[in-house]
Amino acid sequence: MMKSKADEEDFWHSSKCKPFTFDDEDDEFSKLKESKQTVNNIRPLVDEDEDDDDVEKVSWSGEPVGSISWSVRETAASNQRTDREPTLPKSSTDTPAISRSLSGYSLSALFKGKTRGGNFQSFTDSLSDSSARLYAPELRKPKSEYKDFVSDWSPEETVHRMQQGKAVSLEKFRSLQDKLFLLDFAVSANDGNVITAVLIYLKRTLSKEVLFRELQSRQMALRHFIHYLTEIRDQRLLLELFRALGRTEDVALLQYKEHLSIADENKRRDFLKSCLNLPFSPEDSAHVQDHYTLLERQIIIEATDRQAERGGKVEIFQKFPRRASILNMPLITTLYYCCFYHYPESEGTYSSPLNIRQTFRISEKQYFVTALAARAKVKAWLDVDALFACRNWLGFTRKKSPLSFQRVVDILQKNSAPMQVLQEYVGLVDDSDLRISLAQKHKCHDIVINTYRDMKDRQLLLGYLPKVERGSVEEKKINELLNNLQIRWKN
Amino acid sequence: MAAHLSYGRVNLNILREAARRELREFLDKCAGSKAIVWDEYLTGPFGLIAQYSLLKEHEVEKMFTLKSGRLPSADVKNIIFFVRPRLELMDIIAENVFSEDKLHSSRDFHILFVPRRSMLCEQRLKEQGVLGSFINIDEYILDLIPYDGDLLSMEYESAFRECYLENDQTSLYHTAKGLMTLQALYGTIPQIYGKGECARHVANMMLRMKREFAGSQNQILPVFDTLLLLDRNVDLLTPLATQLTYEGLIDEIYGINNGYVKLPPEKFAQKKQGESSKDLPTEPKKLQLNSAEELYAEIRDKNFNAVGAALSKKAKIISAAFEERHNAKTVGEIKQFVSQLPHMQAARSSLANHTSIAELIKDITNDVEISFPVSASESFFDNLTVEQEFMTGVDTDKVNTYIEDSIAQKDPLIKILRLVCMQSVCNNGLKQKVFDYYRREILQTYGYEHLLTLNNLEKAGLLKPQTNSRNNYPTIRKTLKLWMEDANEQNPNDISYVYSGYAPLSIRLTQVLARPGWRSIEEVLKMLPGPHFEERQQLPAGLHKKRQQGENRTTLVFFLGGVTYAEIAALRFLSQMEDSGMEYIIATTKLINGTSWIKSLMDRPESQTP
Repeated sequence: MMKSKADEEDFWHSSKCKPFTFDDEDDEFSKLKESKQTVNNIRPLVDEDEDDDDVEKVSWSGEPVGSISWSVRETAASNQRTDREPTLPKSSTDTPAISRSLSGYSLSALFKGKTRGGNFQSFTDSLSDSSARLYAPELRKPKSEYKDFVSDWSPEETVHRMQQGKAVSLEKFRSLQDKLFLLDFAVSANDGNVITAVLIYLKRTLSKEVLFRELQSRQMALRHFIHYLTEIRDQRLLLELFRALGRTEDVALLQYKEHLSIADENKRRDFLKSCLNLPFSPEDSAHVQDHYTLLERQIIIEATDRQAERGGKVEIFQKFPRRASILNMPLITTLYYCCFYHYPESEGTYSSPLNIRQTFRISEKQYFVTALAARAKVKAWLDVDALFACRNWLGFTRKKSPLSFQRVVDILQKNSAPMQVLQEYVGLVDDSDLRISLAQKHKCHDIVINTYRDMKDRQLLLGYLPKVERGSVEEKKINELLNNLQIRWKN
Repeated sequence: MAAHLSYGRVNLNILREAARRELREFLDKCAGSKAIVWDEYLTGPFGLIAQYSLLKEHEVEKMFTLKSGRLPSADVKNIIFFVRPRLELMDIIAENVFSEDKLHSSRDFHILFVPRRSMLCEQRLKEQGVLGSFINIDEYILDLIPYDGDLLSMEYESAFRECYLENDQTSLYHTAKGLMTLQALYGTIPQIYGKGECARHVANMMLRMKREFAGSQNQILPVFDTLLLLDRNVDLLTPLATQLTYEGLIDEIYGINNGYVKLPPEKFAQKKQGESSKDLPTEPKKLQLNSAEELYAEIRDKNFNAVGAALSKKAKIISAAFEERHNAKTVGEIKQFVSQLPHMQAARSSLANHTSIAELIKDITNDVEISFPVSASESFFDNLTVEQEFMTGVDTDKVNTYIEDSIAQKDPLIKILRLVCMQSVCNNGLKQKVFDYYRREILQTYGYEHLLTLNNLEKAGLLKPQTNSRNNYPTIRKTLKLWMEDANEQNPNDISYVYSGYAPLSIRLTQVLARPGWRSIEEVLKMLPGPHFEERQQLPAGLHKKRQQGENRTTLVFFLGGVTYAEIAALRFLSQMEDSGMEYIIATTKLINGTSWIKSLMDRPESQTP
């Protein structure tokens, strides 16, 4: 805040006269007294030894009996069975209706209920008529209602009083300059509560253009204003503010966020479409476009599939009834769904996995994992096999995978692939230690036996003998190997 | 019950007592029988201050949880709402009050705002037409809650989000206020150091508030010598790493909330013969964790790999103590043995509990070579390996295969975000290609709406593309010795044991400040965000401490935006080091771990926010 010295003098001078002081204490003095009081109140406590919860009882759930969250449940429960509710002893001794004299305290404390510093006053006990009711500082009361205690507080004093929770009227700050002084003092006091109160007043009494302009040079106040608008969910004004500030990406994201509160899928889709032109960053813009395209497709797929399922003519839906709608699911989940129900479709359809892969630029690995899991789930082992097919230039097929074969086995096993299938992929694991432990786990005896044979490890092979079934082919094979004199065992 | 608060270097029970007294005074102000309607969130923090018995003494007969609709019936004179100043809660209160009036009831209504009243809320009540129904509207200033003998927490969950994402500094105002209260009780803190924008802001507010109180000299001999204010965003790395102390792991795996943890019950069942497994409890076992429990205080800050040994040592001691009964021959000896029984029983049940917890954790973390099925433990181990690679600067500029695979397996999103953020932080931002790749994979797998979350993480500086500036993390790591090979987990000689190799940056800064001073690391301080500063507060003559030879100094370290249990363990380790000459008391806005922290930054649909 920049002011010339003379201005400042003027300003202070004008606020010097206090025609009617509601608070009859000097502010500085009262503050001092309060802080001292706080400290004094607190000190003797250390010696007080009245804590009777030394012995802690613990309920099964481990929560100490008598802890607050335990008691909330208990007392609430006892409330439901009122018939046999044990009445708590009402002690008449420990709640004396302290009837302190009011004289020591400013009248304005009535509007607050307590003076500053945490020293509560029990004034309500001493006053029983309705006039003792408490009113918070009211910001919107017409001026006439305030005539009893309107006073000429300076902006600074006003802020002080607000900080102390005392009644004030902001209505008398009429000129823009006054209002801004008020705001600046509130900001320099750092009390968010007061800043917000002033902002509410400014929002009501200033035009948007002026308010936005002034806030631009007052970052702290601006942040509180944004927070305030977020709190009261005034989306419209918030968007206007962001636009005025040129914070275009914030505008875009804020608007985009709205889609989450739209339940109807068609409305949501249309809303997302309207978001496409928002000023996102280039990367985000592509993602939002994808989001829209995805929902658009999901709506089409959902409608078609629901019908197909009801019709009862499509085998796959009979065999594996759909558990949930595909609407609003993530892209990869959608891909899985399509690999599950629409795998053989040509690239031309919306629900074709290949089409989805293309449209959304899904990485090879992601596509592979998803298709593998889905095809394994429907036990289409030929499809699984085909995923790995790779012809080299001589025309031989060889199994290749963007994924380690260990992971492949893992995925297949999770989808309860039969032994023959598992065995094939376990055999493709390169690392022999890993291969053996995988084979042992999945009881692929052949692989274990062959690996030990290749390692020329007689001891291990011998050790494996008890793990295969008596009289089985595997047992026979091991015995044959052990008796084979042509193998040069290393041990 | 709160005795453990007074054992430490600084008697934090004073603070708790002050808070209890205020509560009593407010309750007495509402004369007659009462029912309290709780904002459920507050019951946890309040539990650290008071028990139901205190409330009952002041005629609180019923307690309910705040819910919309009609208030449960209760034959009481006063209904008191204990709530945080949040608009949506005001709407519920208004609904409660409205349905009440129709019921010809003559109950009086009061509101107690925690920790501050808010004009915004009062205005909302007024708009709803119920403001006039309240006899008392008050505030209960609960800024710093004593959490343990050396630990204060504001339990202000959203502080980091508000400060670094929404630029809302309300929590900092509360912090400054809390520190003023603390100084009123424990004396003016003569020296203030700080690092970070928020730290600077808090220090400014404190100095300003002190000026406003000028004239009222605080006549208390200062308990704290130094205050160190640290912004969480100065050290974004530490909370992302998996904590490896006992307490840290309990928090990582099960989550410690307001000093309590909920555990799966199976391992806690006392097996009786002939009991079928059907009778086993299904409700989670809830345990309170703090230094009041001797054994817990002993083991909580150890690296988990050292906990097993400590537990078995303790078991031997306890069983030896029980064996003593055979030696008790005379009546006097027997009497003495019996008198020790309660203590021994408590020690035994404490040992049983922690053995069970250690077992639970072991099941998850167990060091496996190649064991199958692909289990939680393997994933824990792999996860840790990747974290350590990032922290030592290995391949942080490439797409990480483990992260890629974890996304393909649809592991929990938060796990992915923790790792990706860590990689970004350790690389001073990701290469644009890597950044784009991760973002696309995450959005495709978990849903496009997470775009909002990703943008939040970017704003907070956790997940960002690399700008032109070069990666200065290696320099920081080397200068501050953030990575220590062969960290000794059993008998630590350096704070790096808390993460089995990684020494938390925040604690290194604290350590260097004590000795040899920040001047030695000016270069690094400049690389970290925000200003660093030093302020002095004048003490009245006569309050200057005359230090005894060899007497330790006391520093209050305040973490703005949260602190992890492992960081606390590291500070406790420094306090206990013989030659450190410094004792640390810790204060924070909230106790956090990587998961709770990232969660607080995520964007959820409006409908889901409480």
